[in-house]
Amino acid sequence: MNWTAIRAIYLFEMARFFRTLAQSLISPVLSTSLYFVVFGAAIGSRIQEIEGVSYGAFIVPGLIMLSVITQAISNASFGIYFPKFIGTIYELLSAPVNFLEIVAGYVGAAATKALFIGVIILITAFFFVDVTIAHPLAMVSFLLLTCLSFSLLGFIIGIWAGNFEQLQLVPLLVVTPLVFLGGAFYSISMLPPVWQTISYFNPVVYLISGFRWAFFGSADVPIALSLLAIAGFTLACLLVIGWIFKSGWRIRQ
Amino acid sequence: MQPILDITDLRKSYGDGFEALKGVSLQIAQGEIIALLGPNGAGKTTLISTVCGITTATSGTVTVGGHDIISDFRAARSMIGLVPQEINLEPFEKVINTVRFSRGLFGRSADEAAIEKILRQLSLWDKRNNQIRELSGGMKRRVLIAKALSHEPRLLFLDEPTAGVDVELRKDMWEIVEGLKADGVTIVLTTHYIEEAEAIADRVGVIAKGELLLVEDKARLMARMGQKQLDVQLSAPLENVPEALASYDLTLCDGGRTLTYSYDTRAERTGITKLLRDVSEAGLVLRDVVTRQSSLEDIFVGLVHEEEEATS
Repeated sequence: MNWTAIRAIYLFEMARFFRTLAQSLISPVLSTSLYFVVFGAAIGSRIQEIEGVSYGAFIVPGLIMLSVITQAISNASFGIYFPKFIGTIYELLSAPVNFLEIVAGYVGAAATKALFIGVIILITAFFFVDVTIAHPLAMVSFLLLTCLSFSLLGFIIGIWAGNFEQLQLVPLLVVTPLVFLGGAFYSISMLPPVWQTISYFNPVVYLISGFRWAFFGSADVPIALSLLAIAGFTLACLLVIGWIFKSGWRIRQ
Repeated sequence: MQPILDITDLRKSYGDGFEALKGVSLQIAQGEIIALLGPNGAGKTTLISTVCGITTATSGTVTVGGHDIISDFRAARSMIGLVPQEINLEPFEKVINTVRFSRGLFGRSADEAAIEKILRQLSLWDKRNNQIRELSGGMKRRVLIAKALSHEPRLLFLDEPTAGVDVELRKDMWEIVEGLKADGVTIVLTTHYIEEAEAIADRVGVIAKGELLLVEDKARLMARMGQKQLDVQLSAPLENVPEALASYDLTLCDGGRTLTYSYDTRAERTGITKLLRDVSEAGLVLRDVVTRQSSLEDIFVGLVHEEEEATS
């Protein structure tokens, strides 16, 4: 393993994040605060408790997931798309590094950024609502796995994208609806049976359910299934990335 | 001695059937500067990209310092530095950080002294904390070179380093290349400025349509293929070439004051002695005699032209 190279990529990517710290941090914190003001304080007080948890607190795991998933994808996809766009990818391709090292550097940095934002949103949440964390270890594990797996997905999107529109397309048209319909703001059990069944085809349901279980100890789907789902998703992303580098798809002529 | 770069029968064809490289073989010795000349689209960049791992070859083998570029890519690539043709740089990053990044990417541990030496050598030290977007085009090109040198490569590829660069910077660039050669770095540069190859290369290769037409020692190439011209300047102008000199195929120019004779330096007898005797026997008074050698450019244009005629 070329650890020096992984470190170099990681630090270079993190430097981008710190260069634009204000927009990297303030915007997710602001939008999350708005969610808490609207759903927690304004509307939340009129919504009855869900599974014994106040609505304001209930949406915390979903909100964190929403931000973490969005940030992981956008950071990772931009991280690898930008060198392709400005042409600096030549250096990666000609360096003595293999695909695992490139992925570790870029995905590691994107996952770290997403993790930062997830933690900051969690801290912000403490200011607005009473949040308890029933299973801290599980919470951290879910958070880490989500950061990692969606950064992997973002990396794939960044390799695939041929222009900036395509870079936005998947997050906007696929990921956001999946997260919103994945129970970020409600419990799947609140839906009519038909929609419950449909929801189970949405992979994000398993993530949010597992994450919420880590907070409140109750879940839409068994926790083991949630873990299996995210492990499977991570593996699938890794396989796709492995194939991309082996075939040189969209990167090597 | 084992060549630092050994390319054997390298071929690259694309999906649409276009053959960018048609079996190129080339050996480059440690410490030499070789210039690859060729028109646009000749395959120069494809050749470099393939050696560096940016493009995958269809067939053929390449070794760098004895390491195969596929099976032993880490060792091979660690020895290579690449300065691409396009100015590809991260615009918002500081100069010194991009150079540090390149060094790390090539697996070399951080060494601020080494980075400082490279930046000073390229007159970039004062600009080290500037964002790259603030630099002029020439400075950006230097940053590309600094990045390529950051891991102290033994083999440096310069892909058209002076394309679109002003004369002064081009001279600077040549000095940089001289300095690197003095440090023992082997340099392969592509160019379509013949002047550049003539000025700095030890050997010259000519590529056209994916084939390496010729690789020769620069001086020998020019001597071997060089046509020379002898200008006989006369003290009094002539109306016509005198009958006695008709067999020499002379041309009269400069208002009848100069007789020009073309001869081949490769020929056993150049005919100069006899010509000069006949000139004096014809009663002409010489003012001066000048010889001129054809430039690399003439040779190059001739070669590429021949190739085009052969294929059409």
